[in-house]
Amino acid sequence: MVREREQWATRAGFILAAVGSAIGLGNIWRFPYVAYEHGGGAFLLPYLIALLTAGIPLLIMEYTIGRRAKGSPPLAFRALSRRAEPIGWWQVAICFVIATYYAVIIAWAVRYTGFSIGQQWGDDPEAYLYGEVLQTADEPGFVSSYVSGVAWPLIGIWVVTLGVLAFGVRRGIERANKIFIPLLAILFLVLVVQALTLDGAADGLDAFFSPDWSAITDGSVWVAAYGQIFFSLSVGFGIMVTYASYLHRRADLTGSALVAGFANSSFEILAGIGVFAAIGFMASTAGLGVGEVLEEGGIGLAFVAFPQIISSLPAAGDLFGLLFFGSLVIAGLSSLISIVQVVISAVQDRTGMPRVPAVLVVGGGIAVVSIVLFPTGEGIYILDAADHFVNQYGIAMAALVAVVVVAWMLRALPTLQVHADETSAIKVGRLWLFTLGVITPVVLGLMMWDSLRGELEAPYQDYPGAFLAVAGWGVAAGVLLVGIALSLLPWRQADQLVRVHGDEGRV
Amino acid sequence: MSTGAVIMLIVSILVVWGGLVAGIVVLRRHPDDPRDEDRPPPPSR
Repeated sequence: MVREREQWATRAGFILAAVGSAIGLGNIWRFPYVAYEHGGGAFLLPYLIALLTAGIPLLIMEYTIGRRAKGSPPLAFRALSRRAEPIGWWQVAICFVIATYYAVIIAWAVRYTGFSIGQQWGDDPEAYLYGEVLQTADEPGFVSSYVSGVAWPLIGIWVVTLGVLAFGVRRGIERANKIFIPLLAILFLVLVVQALTLDGAADGLDAFFSPDWSAITDGSVWVAAYGQIFFSLSVGFGIMVTYASYLHRRADLTGSALVAGFANSSFEILAGIGVFAAIGFMASTAGLGVGEVLEEGGIGLAFVAFPQIISSLPAAGDLFGLLFFGSLVIAGLSSLISIVQVVISAVQDRTGMPRVPAVLVVGGGIAVVSIVLFPTGEGIYILDAADHFVNQYGIAMAALVAVVVVAWMLRALPTLQVHADETSAIKVGRLWLFTLGVITPVVLGLMMWDSLRGELEAPYQDYPGAFLAVAGWGVAAGVLLVGIALSLLPWRQADQLVRVHGDEGRV
Repeated sequence: MSTGAVIMLIVSILVVWGGLVAGIVVLRRHPDDPRDEDRPPPPSR
């Protein structure tokens, strides 16, 4: 018997969940840094072009693939062609890996929300992070020591995430995001207002928005802009396909994609304003240039530079810390929920398992791997290597393969166009075919080339070869092989689950 | 702030926040077709 698929209660609920998934840690700690490094204000031009010519078109494609088949990524790609099913399983395997390490960063943010009260990191936040909090081992390697101060919040994150997922799409994911997203917007707005009142905030904004137009002619700036849009929108690894599979058959797709895409960028720009206002203050207090304060993005920006800024605030440092790290926790949680849901929905489709047992078995399995590997002295090295390789040779590679297969091998874009246009107020038109058939594959191909070239020049972070072979290349190859292997297992009920055959153009 | 920075600040805010508002307006003007065979029946009272 085919079970009735869950559905979002409202259109706003779906959009909030999609926005919650897209807005993650990268919006807060990656975007401001990438923008500053690549021409400041001038970066925003390629960034906006990338949003319109790759980000939103990809979102529309994934929404359409998911809603059309009403299935998880393996089923949705199989509905396009039996031969495309491995792409779906590849994406599911990628989500499994990402969920294991993404959760631990949220666990650090939970601890730092607490540390903000009284600025417990002291005078040297860097030593505090790596020494006290993470107890980082001297050398990259595999688990040798356990860090209970990270393990406990991590267990808490998994209990919350699996608890939300156990309530299902409507009562769990939708309801959680209806709380998370407005709360995140309020927290972050208060944070930005507080940052803008600091001395030196205008210098920070000046550094962020001043255009260096010579950057526009540099190809790597364009690749960085497309990369930022691509990684920030949660496209390419099955989340949007999965979320759209819970839409009803007459839901508007292109309008929702526009709102989700622009909402993500709106938050990103707001984050850039908040981060640079704070950095401008720090630079003026320390008598340094903005570039000297902002040495790196990512973990260093959030857990080293921000604690320094918070400690030097003239007043209300505790509040600023609570707002900043609380925002990280909420932004991260709503993304983690979406990543885990991809794996759960695929296993549910594949086995017919009811929701709660699937959450316990599949979600519990991911949680166990996460808790075993990452709250350890070596956790940050494994996280760093797995993140880099699974991003470049998992997400980006799978997205490249997906667009090439959908656009050129299956020539399925016109079919998807009909499907999207049928229920959407804004019709996608020929330009959509061009952006997905030409622009997106070319840019993703360039990103891949650029990245592979870097890999061949020097080992990533100069980590030992044996370590990279397992935690880096091994993980990237592993997700692909697992994806292919899962697609080879016989799946007799699949064709019963896919209900689009012969249904195209007749909704 | 320099003039160039102010212009880029205004342009980027207008484009992304304007795009967000425009998207919401379009969606609100076009509610989903209620003729929906997938929608589960309303809960009985």
